[in-house]
Amino acid sequence: MKFQAIQGEGWLLTKAEQLINWGRSRSPWPFPYGTACCGIELMCALASGYDMARFGAERVAFTPRQCDVLIEAGTITKKMVPVLKRIYAQMAEPKWVIAVGACACSGGVFRTYSTQQGIGSVIPVDIYIPGCPPRPEGILYALLKLIDKIEADHPLYKQRPKLIEALEAYK
Amino acid sequence: MSLKDRVADILGKDLVALNEFRGDLCIEVPKGRIVQVLAKLKEEGGFDFLSDLFGVDNLDLYAKAAKKKKKSQEESEDTGETKGKESVQPRFEVIYLLLSLSTNERLQVMVRVPEDDLELPTVTGLWKAANWPEREVFDMFGIRFKGHPNLRRLLMWDEFQDHPLRKDYPLEGKGEERHLNYDIA
Amino acid sequence: MAKQLETICITTGPVEVGDYVTLNIGPIHPAMHGTLRVITKTDGETIVSAKPEIGYLHRGVEKLGENLTYSQFLPITDRLNYCSAICNNVAYEMAVEKLLGLQVPPKAQLIRMIMMELARIADHQVCVGILGVDLGALTPFFYLIIQREEIYEIFEWHHGARLTNSMGAIGGVEADLPERFHEKWPKLRDTIRKANDETDKLLTHNRIWMDRTIGVNAFCADDALNWGFTGPMLRACGVKRDLRKEEPYLMYDEVNFEIPTGKHGDVFDRYMVRMLEMEESVKIIDQAYALYKELPEDAPLMKKVPKIIKPPEGQIYHAIESPNGELGFFIKSDGSDKPYRIKIRPPCYMVYQAFEDLVKGEMISDLIACLSSLNVIAGELDR
Ligand code: SF4
Repeated sequence: MKFQAIQGEGWLLTKAEQLINWGRSRSPWPFPYGTACCGIELMCALASGYDMARFGAERVAFTPRQCDVLIEAGTITKKMVPVLKRIYAQMAEPKWVIAVGACACSGGVFRTYSTQQGIGSVIPVDIYIPGCPPRPEGILYALLKLIDKIEADHPLYKQRPKLIEALEAYK
Repeated sequence: MSLKDRVADILGKDLVALNEFRGDLCIEVPKGRIVQVLAKLKEEGGFDFLSDLFGVDNLDLYAKAAKKKKKSQEESEDTGETKGKESVQPRFEVIYLLLSLSTNERLQVMVRVPEDDLELPTVTGLWKAANWPEREVFDMFGIRFKGHPNLRRLLMWDEFQDHPLRKDYPLEGKGEERHLNYDIA
Repeated sequence: MAKQLETICITTGPVEVGDYVTLNIGPIHPAMHGTLRVITKTDGETIVSAKPEIGYLHRGVEKLGENLTYSQFLPITDRLNYCSAICNNVAYEMAVEKLLGLQVPPKAQLIRMIMMELARIADHQVCVGILGVDLGALTPFFYLIIQREEIYEIFEWHHGARLTNSMGAIGGVEADLPERFHEKWPKLRDTIRKANDETDKLLTHNRIWMDRTIGVNAFCADDALNWGFTGPMLRACGVKRDLRKEEPYLMYDEVNFEIPTGKHGDVFDRYMVRMLEMEESVKIIDQAYALYKELPEDAPLMKKVPKIIKPPEGQIYHAIESPNGELGFFIKSDGSDKPYRIKIRPPCYMVYQAFEDLVKGEMISDLIACLSSLNVIAGELDR
């Protein structure tokens, strides 16, 4: 964030959008949507050792209504797709999505009758992490990338139109 | 007395075929008598633990065998052999894996289920453990279990039409999607 | 009715006749381990009925197995029970070896044993840790997860992956124990014991812990056998049964270990059985390592197998004791390079189908405790 201090007066000058973005990017509350093996690595990234809280993801929200980032770790099956859509719809704006692992990105090794081939066709995704599973470092890196992205976006930018578009396409 | 003899002894003429491979014994029993046979094995044979229950679809196996037979027949046609009578073999198998807790012996009990009569009596009365496996067999192969307390789909969603583990169902599916009957957006 | 109840967090449904409240928990609920879902009917706080609904992680593994060759299917087995992938790998490898009629060299057997026991410790650590988290004790989880990272380090040295290990191959293992294992193990043994001690001190005699676990979902042995329970769940009910002793595979008949059992089959007994099993696993690794040391350094690791594996026609079933219980593979071969039918017998499938019997008449908060203590892994439950 760019601050401009006025000498000797105790004032800081900045743009409102930068201040808002600064606040948002320093506290992305994650919603851990761990469905499969990648969820275990996400657990490692959240626990001691890797400790995702260092980057502001301190409070793990267990309800979609109180979170900013949906971390989708694991396979999404066709049976689960409506649930995922609904979770995404329940999140409050602004919202971001990280797809962890090959399954969430593209279906991974499971090219079968019951697996959704990537969640990108269901909900809009901001960051894709490859790997089966990605290492916890990979998840942390994705969070840092997301922070960069939040800082670069305009605070009034909304993903809602994108979501409706995606849902229409899915129907 | 070896396991083979003991099983033959207990079952008498209910034993259709017996087959041993790498120490695993697999017996075939007639379809109508499966509950009685399993009860007998449980009471007299000491096979008191149902380890698993699942289905097998033999469509490809028969297709392959028929192809082979045709080939060999073509070769042997010069010698003037007559064609064997074609008999329709039942398409599905259901295999019950039994275990004896006292002697640690395992036994595979197999019944053949023809495609035009996809029904078997349930064994949930003997072992509660058969509950979900039977539902799964119904889900994956479409074999109904008569008398099952709750015969619904287990793994696929309720509106799903096909039976995925049948050999004529493609691996990548037929493009089914799940929609809930109310709007969420 | 189930369709109308497709909600995500805990929501209360319509009040039915008899004043029961239908309460849907899952599939995305922090205590439901990702993809499990239970539709309960409650009378106040007491559960009248609980219907589990599964299949939210059904990925078509068995169908996939029919379309891959024998070696290609090995990495897929990792994704069954992802908390202890090595046990799945070894179970599958041993099933194929039985189909081929192979006997792997002793050194490979010992390496498999050591790695499997490490995986068992890691699995139990997650189970105990998560049980603590779900009951409100966060600290033991952090103690245990640190140890797990160290175990992962060994896996990484040996076969290059942390979670989805794909260890070994059909016919043996690909690599010897890593150099660094020899220095690491004595230290790791102490730290594992220390973490377990610490967990023990934090939980076992904790008044709150005892109140929330002792006598909760007690289950009797006859019912457990009728429902097809195996593994720690069965042992907690007081049945001394462990496939490592009953049908010894690898070199388990050459090591000494105890089978810890409980008495009442309640959550506390399941927790205790898991804690004690970790200690036994440490003992097994020590003995297996001593046996390994006796072998010459250039002892073979792999049996010669053809590049394309084509087993003879036939069908076999082979089961091993995975951390959750009997994990079996049924393979039917038609003589080609792909299995004709693969059936996996997951241990927690049988345990979870008894869920209604387990929690009926208990409180809703006990349902959470019960579910965590079952250690249901969705990957192997739904396959
Ligand atoms: S990407 Fe790999 S590790 Fe992650 S959920 Fe899929 S199969 Fe499991």
